[in-house]
Order: sequence, then C-alpha cells, then structure tokens
Amino acid sequence: MRRRSPRPAAHEIERYAGLFASRTRGMKSSAMRDLMAITERPEVISLAGGLPDTSTFPAESFASIMAKVAVDSCAAALQYGPTEGLALTKHAIRHVMAAEGTEVDPEDILVTTGGQQVIDLVCKTLLDPGDVVVAEAPTYPGAIPSFCSYQADVVQIEMDGDGMPIDVLEETLDRLEAEGRKPKFIYTIPNFQNPGGVTMSLPRRKRLVEVAIEREILVLEDNPYGLLRYEGEPLPTLLSLGGAPYVIYLGTFSKILSAGLRLGWAVAPAPVLAKMNLGKQGADLCSSSLTQHFVAAYFAEGRWEPYLESLRGLYRGRRDVMLEALAEHFPAAATWTQPEGGLFVWATLPEQVDTTDLLVRALQRNVAFVPGRGAYLDGRGGASMRLNFSGVGDDDIREGVRRIGEVVAEQLDLFGAITGERGAPATGPAEPTEPDPALADVLHLPRSARPHRKTDSA
Amino acid sequence: MSRVAVLKGGRSLEREISLRSGQRAQDALRDLGHDVEGIDVDHDLVRRLRELRPDVCFLAMHGRDGEDGTVQELLEILGIPYTGSAVSACIRCTDKVLAKHHFVDAGIPTPPFFAFTETAFKQLGAAETLGDIAQQLGFPIVVKPADQGSSFGLRVARSAAELPGALVAAFSYSSKVLLEQHVDGRDLAVSVLDGEALPIVEAVPQDGAYDFEARYEFGQTRFVCPAELDEQVAASARELAVAVYRLLGCRDVARVDLLCDADGGLHVLEANVIPGLTETSLLPLAADAAGIPFAELVGRLTDAALARG
Repeated sequence: MRRRSPRPAAHEIERYAGLFASRTRGMKSSAMRDLMAITERPEVISLAGGLPDTSTFPAESFASIMAKVAVDSCAAALQYGPTEGLALTKHAIRHVMAAEGTEVDPEDILVTTGGQQVIDLVCKTLLDPGDVVVAEAPTYPGAIPSFCSYQADVVQIEMDGDGMPIDVLEETLDRLEAEGRKPKFIYTIPNFQNPGGVTMSLPRRKRLVEVAIEREILVLEDNPYGLLRYEGEPLPTLLSLGGAPYVIYLGTFSKILSAGLRLGWAVAPAPVLAKMNLGKQGADLCSSSLTQHFVAAYFAEGRWEPYLESLRGLYRGRRDVMLEALAEHFPAAATWTQPEGGLFVWATLPEQVDTTDLLVRALQRNVAFVPGRGAYLDGRGGASMRLNFSGVGDDDIREGVRRIGEVVAEQLDLFGAITGERGAPATGPAEPTEPDPALADVLHLPRSARPHRKTDSA
Repeated sequence: MSRVAVLKGGRSLEREISLRSGQRAQDALRDLGHDVEGIDVDHDLVRRLRELRPDVCFLAMHGRDGEDGTVQELLEILGIPYTGSAVSACIRCTDKVLAKHHFVDAGIPTPPFFAFTETAFKQLGAAETLGDIAQQLGFPIVVKPADQGSSFGLRVARSAAELPGALVAAFSYSSKVLLEQHVDGRDLAVSVLDGEALPIVEAVPQDGAYDFEARYEFGQTRFVCPAELDEQVAASARELAVAVYRLLGCRDVARVDLLCDADGGLHVLEANVIPGLTETSLLPLAADAAGIPFAELVGRLTDAALARG
C-alpha cells in the first residue's frame, strides 16, 4: 500500500501565506482559468485558443529530421548549450528575419524558450515594482501575468484600425513625464495584433521609432505573426526602420513551425541583451539543445518556405470562413476586425453584452472564446471577444460562430425584456471603468500597482 | 478495507475545485487503507461504476450534477451507497430559492428576497415589477443565480441602473435568479457533521468581497476559526445551522453560510451539501479546529455511507 507523508492541513494556510513574496499577490488563479478548463473538453468547439494548426506538418518530415539529428548530432543535442543559443539556430533565425527584410548579426540574438520568455526576461531586466509599461489596448492576454508578477503599472493605449495612435502615445508619455514616471518600455505587436487583429501602419511605425529614439524609451516589438500575412503588402519591422538602438525584437518559431518546440528569440541592444542573457542563466541556463538542433536541421532541409505558404493558404481560408460566418450570425450592431494576417479576429458587441457572462452561456452550447476583459488591465473590454480561426476547421468555425451568434441574440433579447428596450442601437466603446470587484467571481482582473489611476483611451 | 470510488470533476463550473477536493479525499482514503479509484465524471460514469462495482462512492463533485441530486439519483438506481445527503435534500439545498422558502416557512431568518425565471421577463412582463422590488428590498440588491456555488454569477446592484446588467449576468448561469436584500455583515460558515455543529469559521477577505478568487487562493482570505464572536451569538449561529441541516433533511455533512450583522443578528444565506475539501476550504478547517483531522473527516463520511450499504 502506498503511504504518503501527511499533507499540510487547512489551518496552516496562513503559515504558507506568510512565506510568499509580495509580488505573488499579483499572481492569482481565476475563475476564468477554471472556465477555460471546461473549454478543453472534446465536445467544445474552442475558438478561445491561440493554437497554430500543427496537424498539417508532415509526420515523415518530422521523422526524417529527428533521424538526422540523432545521426549527426546525438551527443550535442542531448547536451547543455550556450545560454545565448546555438550558432546553427541563430543561422535559422537570421533566415526567418531576412524573410521579413530584417538583417541581424548573430551576436545580437538570444535564443529563448518561446517568445513568452522574452517578455518575462524583458520585465525581469527592466522593471522595478511600480514601473510604468505602456501597452496597446487591448493587449496580448499572455503578457499580463508577466507584467503583474513584476508589479508593473501598465498604461494601455486604445488602438484604431492602424494600430496604436502615436499621437496619443506621445500625449501619454508627456503626461507620465510630467508626473515623473517615465515608462520603462512600450509593448507593441505591430503585425496582426493579438488580440486586436489590426496592423500598425507604416507612418506610425516610423514615428514610433523616432519617438523611442528621441525619448530614449525601449520598445518591445513582439512579432510572432509577421510571416502569416494573407493579403496586402508586408510592412517593415520597427527594428529594420532604424530602431536598433531602442528596439527589443521578439521572434518565435511557434507560429511558423511548431509551438511545441518552445523556441523563440530576442534581438536587443547589446547592453540589454547582456542583462537578459544573465536573467536567462538564472531561469533555465539554456533553451533545449534538442529542439534547437531540430530547427537547424529543418531549415537546412530548405522546405520551410513552402510549408509556411501552405499554412498561409490554410489560415487565409479559415479567416475568410470566420468573417463570412460573423457577417451571417452576429447582430448588425456588432463590429469586428478584418485581419490581413495572424490568428485572431476581435469582435465588439453592443455594450450591454458582457462577454464574460456570455462565455458561460456559450459553454452550455459547447463553444468557447476569450472574453475581452482578459486583454485589459483596467476593466475595459467587457463587450469584446477574441476569436481564433487557426486552430479549428472550417465547419467548426461556422458552427462555433453560429452558436455564439445565437447566445448573443438571446442575451440581447433578455436585456431588452428586462429594460423594455428592444434592439438597442450600437454604441461606441464603453467608458473605461475600474474593474467591478463583483466580477472577480468570473474573471480575475489583475489589479494594477496604482489601481485608482485612470488610463488613456484614444 | 473497502473499494471506494471518489467521484469528482464533471462539467460543472466548479470542476477544477472539485478535482482538488477529490484528489485530497483520494489521498486520505488511501492512507486509511482503502482501495481507491478516482473518477472524473463523464459520459461513461454509469458504465465505469458497473465495471468497478465499488462498495461506496465518495462524492467530491461540486455544483451542477454533483450537488443537485443528479448523481445521487443515479447511485440510488445502481444501489451504491454514497456519502452525504440523499436526493431530496440535495434538491432543497441546491435551489437557493426553494431553500429560502423553507427558511421563511420555518421562521429561520434569511434576507428578504424575490426570485424569477428568465421566462417571467420574456413572457410575463416581470420587468415592470423591478421598481416595486427595489422599493421593498432597497439598494444594494444582491443578484445571484439560484443554483450556482462559489459565488459564480453573483453581482451586487447598487442602483436601479445596475439591475438589468446584474440580472442578465446571473441568468447566464441559471434559468432562475434570486434578488436578495444586501446584508452588511461578517461571513460565517458553520459546518454540521452528523447533526452537530463544528466550530464556526469566519472568512475575512483581505481584498474586498469574499469572492471566487478569495475562496481558493492562498493568502487572499484570512480565516478565523473559531470565529471571534460573542458566545451567545456563536451559540445561536450553531443552533441555526443545525436547525437548517435538519429542516432541509441533510445527511452526514453540510455547510451553512450565514451573515452576522453589526447588531449580532444572524441571516442564513444557504446550505451546501457537498462542501469544498480543498486546502483552503472551510469544512476541513472547522473539523480540524474540532480535533478531527482531514483523514478522519473523510473516513467518517465514508464509514457512514458504508453503514447504509
């Protein structure tokens, strides 16, 4: 019979609570995470994930690459590697970046464990508790836990169809400067933003680089989707627009090859990269040598561009299916972005619809999405949702959007019945409000370091 | 040694909490020497139970399907004894509206309330009564789904303008919604084990209301057990909890949640037939304060069920 050591009893909670660092107060579980656990059940059509479709990667190609790694680099692939990454991986990274018109030197690259590690390392390297980070509104939900665990005060700037308005950014920077609070960095996803689905225009990119240099503020350019463009002309990266002195570039193999490899990279000014390197040593010494060899062998095969083209074809079709389904099933008052690439559509419903509540109703119909509040730190986004079109097939996208449209209609109908207003007209974005504490039952909203400061909207 | 199936998980919104409760119960039952099988409840529950033929089912499911009598009904049909309350008590406790009607009829203090189904608004024009409700209850009004635990879907409407949103939110979780007068008071939980009240737990949230997050995160809530209460108030709270347990026909265990207002007045909110068993749950804390370690608590519940087999 198995015997285990006794588990801590409930009354010992306070003893443990006293052992936690104060920053863990920003690291919390949430009812939302519990709801998301339900979305993983097989009967649920999940438009909530951010998953690339890995099912089309040829199994025989995987097998031959692994065989090649085993034959050619067995000992090295099983060994630790340098913290900054293997030279052969950096070689592949330079290929990928060149495809977006960005030339980099190998010594400016730090290979990381997914792009997510870059966000963590940047926060770890730059942020003291209470430091200001400027981010887009909405912003990548996965960056929020990093910002919170380093106790950042995040100021979010509402985007429009051309991404973050730089004039609003400058006004915000002026105001913050007047308060003696210069941001440590500006976080942006210029291409097919997650979750917003919009792309920063070329003039804004150029101006952003100028602003960064004029004001000596670092910019974290998160670019996971740049090569997943389905229409329109590619736009240059901030890094390639002369941003090198102040741009930290984040790249990843997750969306163009495999998320399971957990490989990303940073390109940063040398002093910043050196600190990030030290930070990475403390975190994990080095990223997996095995997957780095896999990437190197894959790129050496020379078939990465045709595979990427096949992904673009697949996702382009799915995006079109989703946009058609939205037009058919969402109410006339709803709006949504028309992404030229990437993985997400951001839809905004009439303001009386709360998408966090809506998710509960949607889960009863076996369909899921990400409620908009997950992309804000200040309680906004309540009427919006993020929909992913890369992870499920055409039929599921159509059916999933149809079901969501159905629960939206029900919610509006019920609201009308309760207020006596039928078919309320569409309105602009809701006024930014502080998070309703009662909402924490459904979605934990991370508290910013300065909870009572209002943030800007465009 | 008995063969015990621990039923946990399922599709309820409280799935994750249930998995944690279930895992702890499994560990404790193993330590007690039982042959334990954990079952994450799914479509094949009945088939698995028929194959496994357990001597007893330990129920660690929370919320819908677990606490509302559904799984209890199945186990009655299969003839497998199970821990906790039988079907009828589950139904009475899970439906907070039904439970509150029982409280009112029996003279047990509970905040004044009204309740509606979605149909009342859609078909019967119930919206026109919202003004009367507001007048009778006064703001703030607590709006909550009739059958969800862990404060899922609970909102506090501070004005008439906030009522529709709160109602729509609550209706997302349930087809029946309770509008209840807000009582400003301390959160008390009285667990009743075998018809006897355990020491009272007071939940003192560190950051606002005692909501979902506060319930299940280390360090978010300070628990005081036994609660620091006037002895007379404490005695009344224990008596009330036992009265509720009996009134609703509970068996083995239940946790009764109350509020204690500034004058020491007690107001019963609800009774839970399958209280949480996680590291931060109140029943294990109360049992521990009564000198009943977690393993003994789980063992006693299991033995009581076995004795009924």
